[in-house]
Amino acid sequence: MTGPQLDGLCVRGLRVTFDGFTAVDGIDLDVPPGDIRFLIGPNGAGKTTVVDAVTGLVRATGSARFGDRELLGRDVHRIARLGIGRTFQTASVFEELTVVQNLDIAAGATRNWWTLARRRNRIPDEVAAALETIGLTDRGDQLAGALAHGQKQWLEIGMLLVSDARLLLLDEPVAGMSHEERDATGALLETVSRDRTVVVIEHDMDFLRRFARSVTVLHAGKVLSEGTVAQVQADPRVQEVYLGVDTAPEA
Amino acid sequence: MTAAPLVGTDPAAVTGSPPGGRRGRRFDGPARTAAGFALGAALLFAVAPLTLSDFRLSLLAKYLCVAMVAVGIGIAWGRGGMLTLGQGVFFGLGGYAMAMHLKLADAGPGELPDFMQLYGQLDELPLWWRPFASPWIALPATVLLPMAVAFGLGSLVFRRRVRGAYFAILSQALAAAMVILLVGQQGTTGGTNGLTDIQGFFGYDLDDPVNQRMVYFIIAASLLALLALARQLIRSRYGELLVAVRDGEERVRFLGYDPAGVKLVGYVIAAGMAGLAGALFVPAVGIISPALIGIVPSIEFVIGVAVGGRATLLGPVLGAVAVAWARTALSERFPGTWTYLQGLLFVLVVAFLPGGLASLWVLARQRRSDPAGARWWRRARPVDRAENRTEVSAA
Repeated sequence: MTGPQLDGLCVRGLRVTFDGFTAVDGIDLDVPPGDIRFLIGPNGAGKTTVVDAVTGLVRATGSARFGDRELLGRDVHRIARLGIGRTFQTASVFEELTVVQNLDIAAGATRNWWTLARRRNRIPDEVAAALETIGLTDRGDQLAGALAHGQKQWLEIGMLLVSDARLLLLDEPVAGMSHEERDATGALLETVSRDRTVVVIEHDMDFLRRFARSVTVLHAGKVLSEGTVAQVQADPRVQEVYLGVDTAPEA
Repeated sequence: MTAAPLVGTDPAAVTGSPPGGRRGRRFDGPARTAAGFALGAALLFAVAPLTLSDFRLSLLAKYLCVAMVAVGIGIAWGRGGMLTLGQGVFFGLGGYAMAMHLKLADAGPGELPDFMQLYGQLDELPLWWRPFASPWIALPATVLLPMAVAFGLGSLVFRRRVRGAYFAILSQALAAAMVILLVGQQGTTGGTNGLTDIQGFFGYDLDDPVNQRMVYFIIAASLLALLALARQLIRSRYGELLVAVRDGEERVRFLGYDPAGVKLVGYVIAAGMAGLAGALFVPAVGIISPALIGIVPSIEFVIGVAVGGRATLLGPVLGAVAVAWARTALSERFPGTWTYLQGLLFVLVVAFLPGGLASLWVLARQRRSDPAGARWWRRARPVDRAENRTEVSAA
């Protein structure tokens, strides 16, 4: 698949406050095109809030640009149409629809009413390609609700692929997955990042060491450290607040 | 690309039958649909008129009007998750639009309808009655007027993300408001009495049983047409999208859709169906009044749909007819107890059979067809999760 042009995410001075509590306190973030950026940090560091702000779910001040488009201040579905796709901590697929129906809906945000009023008489090419990519080709007719937990996460990523998202914001994609499923997910991220930019929120340090191209550590709503996995792990502030001094050398 | 071909989108797949349920069924697809409609047509056009007395047939005509409302509720509530407790408003708009035209036609050109002369406050026809003198305006208005009101209300409400119980209460309040309005404007609306004693239907005398029969046939044909429309809607991409909005409105939003627009379309279509039902109810029964369109009838529309099975195509229709029939049959024999029985029925269905009686059919089909598929379905969920859990804790 030759995707459209590759863009990066550029966040400047992002600030989110809830009733006087500052969840995100002036964050700058540069995710270059094609990166696999991991966002880590202790609970309450503001990781998910950053994603919520970029996707329009919560109001924020500052700036978040994808390519040359400003994202802040737009409606959720308009941001999605600019090519920003996200997943949630709990896999949110349409459980009472089949895998193919899920993907077909994700592929169709720009369909006109005439197309919507008719039946889908074959599997669209992009849906078939996504089924292949996420390894669910033989599960197309199954209800999404009957999939295993890991497969639901893959389906959700597949839904972002067919929706032509060029920036993928994945919130804990491997939580609750088996070893094999984690490996498969990591490989999937690498495939996907060939023509897309990926940001992953993750707690799993082993997964991070293997698949992160760059890491941003958040702490109390601010960027604590940023760099490659090695650089971040070597940062004493990071060891102090997050990784813990004991666990760092064992990598 | 080796994706298995997808055989359309079975509505059963959306109501929870296992994916294997369709496999190996010979009698399926267009043939089954055609047979279903042929059976329906045979029942409505041959069996019922031949076996029922004129009186019973006119009752059936009334029930079929309720069933038309139910088809719309099945779309809005069953498919779209919008629990609309105010379909009486749209039923009433359609009914009043039709009744106004018929009253004007009964009165003759330039004359006031009988009730206006009776109350004696008016010298000439109110301005807003005048367009309804023309059938070319009144007939389309029976459907378009409810749709326009639904569009206005829906645009205000869905964009503000009013849903669930709040939407239900709001829609019910609308029904109450409409009744108050109609009763309050007695001089021009007939007040509590409504528009009664309708004699003719486009030149045909409604007292003649032959013409009553014709009205019945029009209603039966309209119901089949609405069912065909609903079926197409459910199976279209829009139908899939509507279910997706019902089950995950936020998720749909993050895929780049505006769920408000998706819901609005379903709501407006349901309103149009209720309007048509109201319009045909008038020649069948000869009256439209606030008591027929207020809160209680609005809730009764929903009860039939819930009992039949809201997410299926036929469930709402059969449920609506069954509940309306039971109501007549039981109130003839035990007047006064029907309300309690209806309430009990509703509670039982909601508590023990949320999918309605139609889910019994789906369950039976699951058992019968492809037991391997059913086993796979039962196995897949808990065990896979348990495996995940153990592997996570091992990791």
